[in-house]
Amino acid sequence: MFSFCSDPSTLDQLPWMACYLTTGKHMAFYTSFGTVLLLLAITAPVALLFGFGGAVASRSHIAPLRWFGKGYTSMVRGIPDIAFFLFVPIALDQGLELLRHKLRCPDWDMPVRQGNDFVVCDLAKLPLSNAPQWVHEGYGFTTAILAFAIVFGAFAANVIQGAMTAVPRAQMETAEAYGMSRRQSFWRILVPQMWVYALPGLSNLWQILVKATPLLFLLGVEDIVYWARELGGSKTSAFTYPHPDWRLYYFLFLLVFYLALTQVSEMAFARLTRKLSRGQATAAGEALRKASA
Amino acid sequence: MSCWQTIQDYGLRSLGIGERLLPRSDITLCEQFTLIGSGMIWNVYFGVLALSAGFFFAVALALGKASARVWVRKPCEWFIFVLRGSPLFIQFFLAYETLTLLPRAGLELPLGFFTLTIETSWVTRAWAGALLVLFLNTSAYSAEIFHGALKSIPKGETEAADAYGMAGWTKFRRITFPTMLRLGWPGYTNEAIFLFHATALVFFSSFPAWRQQGDALYYASYFADRTFNPFIPYPIFAGYFILLTLIVILIFGHINRRLNRHLAPTARSKLTFKPQMVR
Repeated sequence: MFSFCSDPSTLDQLPWMACYLTTGKHMAFYTSFGTVLLLLAITAPVALLFGFGGAVASRSHIAPLRWFGKGYTSMVRGIPDIAFFLFVPIALDQGLELLRHKLRCPDWDMPVRQGNDFVVCDLAKLPLSNAPQWVHEGYGFTTAILAFAIVFGAFAANVIQGAMTAVPRAQMETAEAYGMSRRQSFWRILVPQMWVYALPGLSNLWQILVKATPLLFLLGVEDIVYWARELGGSKTSAFTYPHPDWRLYYFLFLLVFYLALTQVSEMAFARLTRKLSRGQATAAGEALRKASA
Repeated sequence: MSCWQTIQDYGLRSLGIGERLLPRSDITLCEQFTLIGSGMIWNVYFGVLALSAGFFFAVALALGKASARVWVRKPCEWFIFVLRGSPLFIQFFLAYETLTLLPRAGLELPLGFFTLTIETSWVTRAWAGALLVLFLNTSAYSAEIFHGALKSIPKGETEAADAYGMAGWTKFRRITFPTMLRLGWPGYTNEAIFLFHATALVFFSSFPAWRQQGDALYYASYFADRTFNPFIPYPIFAGYFILLTLIVILIFGHINRRLNRHLAPTARSKLTFKPQMVR
């Protein structure tokens, strides 16, 4: 990276650290921070969508849909989220492969489950075994996102459900008095008003999501935890490094990164709450009115 | 092999008692139920010990954070900030790396006449190291809950205590502590539930499962890898955890009723689910 890096006499001097920290592997480490942020950027809206769907489903008049919604919203209460992170990607993978197997190889006569194996025809493999490397990585990342979205969608559904019941009953009664249908009063009155009640819960959820991102490592994505382990260790699966075990420092760096991320998002949510509370008939809105008067 | 035989072989496998080899082929449903259930011993162990020790530390931290003295308040605030602001997963890694840096042979303390050797190898094992992390973690989260409760104690109650001439320890024991506990209890129940959930993370972070003695999720994922069929072990695991969560809610609900027993029924606080405390 720098010109003095090729000079071995600088090896025991401080500038050598600059060379060490800009190696190709370290660049991959820095890029993986982008992976984490990308995961957050994609998962948050998808989870919000799932959450909204779950909350609406659990209010539905159609019994099976309501049962599904209730089951979805309450599953995160009893079951640790990490179980879903392990379960969803592999279940999804097998489900998709089975579907493709049925479509692409209709005259396959052997059973799919043979003892301890799950065998589908080569055409149904996901991704195909001759696919380039980036397809494999992208596929793994996509299933990881789906796992995150399903779990955090269930959390979000809880929050949104609570927010919907928190909207003052009088607002809905007024809507009925104006002759709005159930659908109209839902979209015109309930949905626009519920966000300010959902915001504290959603900001909490964002913090939880941020703190769940290291679990990507368990899903086989090469994220920051993976690189911290690879680069910090003196001996890894692939390399032997001349330096001693530095994983402690790498993980301290990750700790600082997460502390900064949660702190920044807390400040951002505080600003957003202030903004949304303006003109609302809540205690926070009242305080804002008094402060400006 | 009958199911009863399997239970005898693997029922306490997570503690190292019974059959040494895990089932490899022709895995039966009974074996899955038994081994995953056996792993639950560790989940309960981590959860119960971390919660019961963390409770006292959390109360101390909450009082420290509410203290008027800066040199008491600042360390408590920083402790809570660091442990609540960072992922538990990273904390596990960090603790493990720190603990492995301790000399393997043990610390030697020269005490004049003789040398005291402190064994340190055991702290890198999950039962001690992970328990320490979970204890510190739950202390920080619970301290934040109790601190919030402490701040929302009605002014009238402390004023009434002052009027009765109570001060210091008496006032804390009779007024401040019970009220804080009552106000913070619903939040603390959630914290307890999610601490139990967090125990499933132990063997997936850096702490290795010694001699394949792991928790429920460790065995569940072992079976999922072996049979390549996630649809049986994970639902079993989920069933065990729903049961555990129900037991936690039952116990904490009893305590909640006891804490609220002097209030009018309408003024009592109910336990509600709020996913605030996930790590």
